Amino acid sequence: MHNTYIYIAIVALVTYLIRVLPLTLIRREIKNRFIRSFLYYVPYVTLAVMTFPAIVHATDSIWSGVAALVVGVLVAWFSGNLFLVALSACGVVFLVELLIL
Amino acid sequence: MKRKQFFRGVRTGIPIALGYLAVGFTLGITAKNAGLTAFQSGLTSLLVSASAGQYAAFTMMAAQSGYLEIAIMEAVTNARYILMSCALSQKLPESTKTWHRLTMGFAVTDEIFGMAIAEEDKLNPYYYFGMMAIAVPLWALGTFLGTSVGNVLPGSVVSALSVGLYGMFLAVIIPASKKNKIILGVVVVSMAASFALEVIPWFAAIASGTRTILLTVVIASAAAVLFPVKEETADA
Repeated sequence: MHNTYIYIAIVALVTYLIRVLPLTLIRREIKNRFIRSFLYYVPYVTLAVMTFPAIVHATDSIWSGVAALVVGVLVAWFSGNLFLVALSACGVVFLVELLIL
Repeated sequence: MKRKQFFRGVRTGIPIALGYLAVGFTLGITAKNAGLTAFQSGLTSLLVSASAGQYAAFTMMAAQSGYLEIAIMEAVTNARYILMSCALSQKLPESTKTWHRLTMGFAVTDEIFGMAIAEEDKLNPYYYFGMMAIAVPLWALGTFLGTSVGNVLPGSVVSALSVGLYGMFLAVIIPASKKNKIILGVVVVSMAASFALEVIPWFAAIASGTRTILLTVVIASAAAVLFPVKEETADA
């Protein structure tokens, strides 16, 4: 039998090291143009990859997920306001599921 | 100034926290099935704040996996945070204190990272702390409640709130795509590739965390070679 608290400690330690090492070790602005460009594009690629197609599977029905994606993209494109985007994505899922489920 | 930045972070953190609360319920139920107490699952969320990583961890605890196995699994599932942390390091002023960096390291999550990177200028650590201060406790609370009482929210509310987190990703990448045609291209290619990997049988077998890293390394490298950033936009 393994100890649950040792499990938790291991998981916490490994995750923390992964997150904290680059933040504390890379203290200077990187001068290399390739690495700078690479890191500049990283957030957009990562967030795009994590959003689609995951968003359409996140809800009870694929259609409410699709609706959230379409509405989210439109609101983000025209307003760019964080709260409004999150709220309209939530709202449309709630409405669509109310109608079809 | 610190105070102002902190509370601005708390405001940004509210939708993150609500999404975390909802997703936390589901994770808490997984923890319960793995035999954890509510205290243990809440504690894990407080210390770890990584949904896929915790899900993998709880599943392995249930299977009584070895300590080394769980450590390796955790490193693989969470490896994308290495890239995020590197990107964040360039977003911070060089003068950022060590204890600020050590504290931020507790909560490099997909959503908090997304919001931090969307900052116009350099990142203020207190803004980051504000987001952490509301998002992490609600994540832990959601997990705790999920384990102790099960899901108390109706399914449609959980559905809606979990989508809010993706809405926040869209609020980062879409306005940037509108301003910059190269980013637009990168976003479109990324989503298409992500979809392709999900439907192509051989790739579909790869865990989603690993697919994220694979795609990020390949696409961001290609973009960096084809469209290297100019000096003045490099710190954006």
